[in-house]
Amino acid sequence: MLTIKNLHAEVDGKKILKGINLEIKRGEMHAIMGPNGSGKSSLSSVLAGRENYTVTEGEVIFEGKNLLDLSPENRAREGIFLAFQYPVEIPGVSNLNFLKTALNEIRTYHGLAPIEAKEFLKLTKEKQQLVDFNANLMNRSLNEGFSGGEKKRNEVFQLAMLDPKLAILDETDSGLDIDALRIVAAGVNKLRSADKAFMVITHYQRLLDYIVPDFVHVLYDGRIVKTGNKELALELEEKGYDWLKEEVHQKESV
Amino acid sequence: MTSDKSFFDFISNGLPGPELREDADNAILPARQLAFSRFRALGLPSVKTEEWRYTNIQRFLKDSFSLAQEEGTITAEQLKTVNTKIPQLDSYTAVLVNGRLQIALSKLPAEGKITISKLSDAANNTQLQLWFDKHPHLQQQPFAALNAALFADGLFIEAGQNASLDKPLHIIHIYTTAENAFIQPRHLLVLHKGATLEIVESSVGMNETAIAFVNSVTEIILEENAELWHYNLQSSEKNSRHIYHTSTVQKADSRYHHFNFTLPSAELTRNNLSVALTGSNTETNLHGLYLATDEQHVDNHTFVDHLVPNCNSNELYKGVLLDNSNGVFTGKIHVHQDAQKTNAFQQNNNLLMSEKASINSQPQLEIYADDVKCSHGFTVGRFSEESLFYLRSRGIGEEAAKTLLVNAFAFDITDQVHIPALQDFLSEKIRKYVSGAINN
Repeated sequence: MLTIKNLHAEVDGKKILKGINLEIKRGEMHAIMGPNGSGKSSLSSVLAGRENYTVTEGEVIFEGKNLLDLSPENRAREGIFLAFQYPVEIPGVSNLNFLKTALNEIRTYHGLAPIEAKEFLKLTKEKQQLVDFNANLMNRSLNEGFSGGEKKRNEVFQLAMLDPKLAILDETDSGLDIDALRIVAAGVNKLRSADKAFMVITHYQRLLDYIVPDFVHVLYDGRIVKTGNKELALELEEKGYDWLKEEVHQKESV
Repeated sequence: MTSDKSFFDFISNGLPGPELREDADNAILPARQLAFSRFRALGLPSVKTEEWRYTNIQRFLKDSFSLAQEEGTITAEQLKTVNTKIPQLDSYTAVLVNGRLQIALSKLPAEGKITISKLSDAANNTQLQLWFDKHPHLQQQPFAALNAALFADGLFIEAGQNASLDKPLHIIHIYTTAENAFIQPRHLLVLHKGATLEIVESSVGMNETAIAFVNSVTEIILEENAELWHYNLQSSEKNSRHIYHTSTVQKADSRYHHFNFTLPSAELTRNNLSVALTGSNTETNLHGLYLATDEQHVDNHTFVDHLVPNCNSNELYKGVLLDNSNGVFTGKIHVHQDAQKTNAFQQNNNLLMSEKASINSQPQLEIYADDVKCSHGFTVGRFSEESLFYLRSRGIGEEAAKTLLVNAFAFDITDQVHIPALQDFLSEKIRKYVSGAINN
């Protein structure tokens, strides 16, 4: 589904990604871990098309298309969804109107007619129950005055509504207490399916107790330095990142 | 009455006085003559006049204009084609062509406690005698004086005690002229004690080549406990230039909710809105939304005069400036020494959507009372890149995303509109002009 080859990117002239290689197939759950500043969030930003990042080398193929040629909206329409670490508050844009606009823009791109009002309401109700999103927040302005947990839940709700092929969750667990974390994780687990893939970026192993990954990748200094299964996450939790950093530096000095 | 010279030179020097008008024998002739001498003394403003610093009015008066103020006629068929229609708006209508009420084209409410007529037909009405050109804020305005001296006609509305209508009154101002014309309508609204009205005004030009310069004055009197919802929708076409004066007197316990919506494409819109609070416990809400494109120049001058204690005024003006447009906002609040316990708030926010658009904004607060709550604020900004990216990352294209954000920016204003059809109309206009500017 997604193939990243030797991806290099910089922001304001500073090299952030230094040769990422990654292959994600349908149905897979990939966790990206790594210490602060290793490039985890930058990777998600580059994939979603944030404009202040410049790709200097490498390629990203998504479902046979060169992802880097596409605008952020077309990436979303092709099936990429980024759950933001810090969801934006937009006063004056209602949650429902926002979702309807997004859904219809995606449908138009695929040559479909706008969704019927009745069908939209039905879908909204169904997904809102699925991910346990408070119905009272639906008519409010987008994320305005939402608690940290409500914002993250709204991201998962949007994910459910827009039904992407690849969902990237950028530190969705940050700022959540354990109850909120469970709810968000349960929502994500319900959305897992054989034709959908997930890339979960997280700092802590904690989230992976609830969302069990097929692969764990450790990002350090703009590269994936280790890949393993869920056991690797446990090992990181126990030993921290320093042993990995040392391994990397030893290799480099050799 | 045209001249080959610029109109500016013509009215500065060779202008004939009001006694030359054919209706010169009416009861307000002395008042017209007074206004004419006032205009002579004030002269036309230039950029050196403080009130006109950011609006070079001479630039808009350099063409020649006829002062004849022809009647102008339109047919019922033509009326159907003018773009003042607000879909789904269920209202009475008063259609004015070049300032003159067209009864046959209008749909006025049945005669009752509310009188709607030509101003000229109200010449002997005591209210007209009482209020004509008396508003203190009009006295120093050269264009208002010129209007008082030489206006052709306008609308007179008088709502009796506790009168109200079951739906809004939509006043449609149509301007049509074969040659460049300087058109001066004049309106007077009097709401007696406890009367309530909801008025939507919209203006439209029907000229393909000739320029209509409209210098309009509306005087409004709200007696005790009267309430007026007043929406002014300005969406004339390109070759029109407008100076509006709206001057309101509010007596005790009255409520005035005014909205100025300035949309494309008139070259010049200058709004002079002033409210004199002469009785206590009044409420004044002034809302403005200006969305300008191309070379449009939109200037809002507002003045809230707190003369007595315990009045509340709240002003919010928001601007969206696209292309090469210019915006001006000057908001004056004067709290007199006696006006204790005044609450007066003012805010002006602007969204610049083009490198070439500009805004000049100046709040002017003069406060002479010590027990008051007053505040003012001004912001100018561009789109939040983060908000734009958030929307785009959900599949929303740039055009739709910007439309959503402009509608969101305008929401504080449009949300205050009490007529759903008007809300829909405005958000559709915003969509149209924002996408138009992006696709240019």
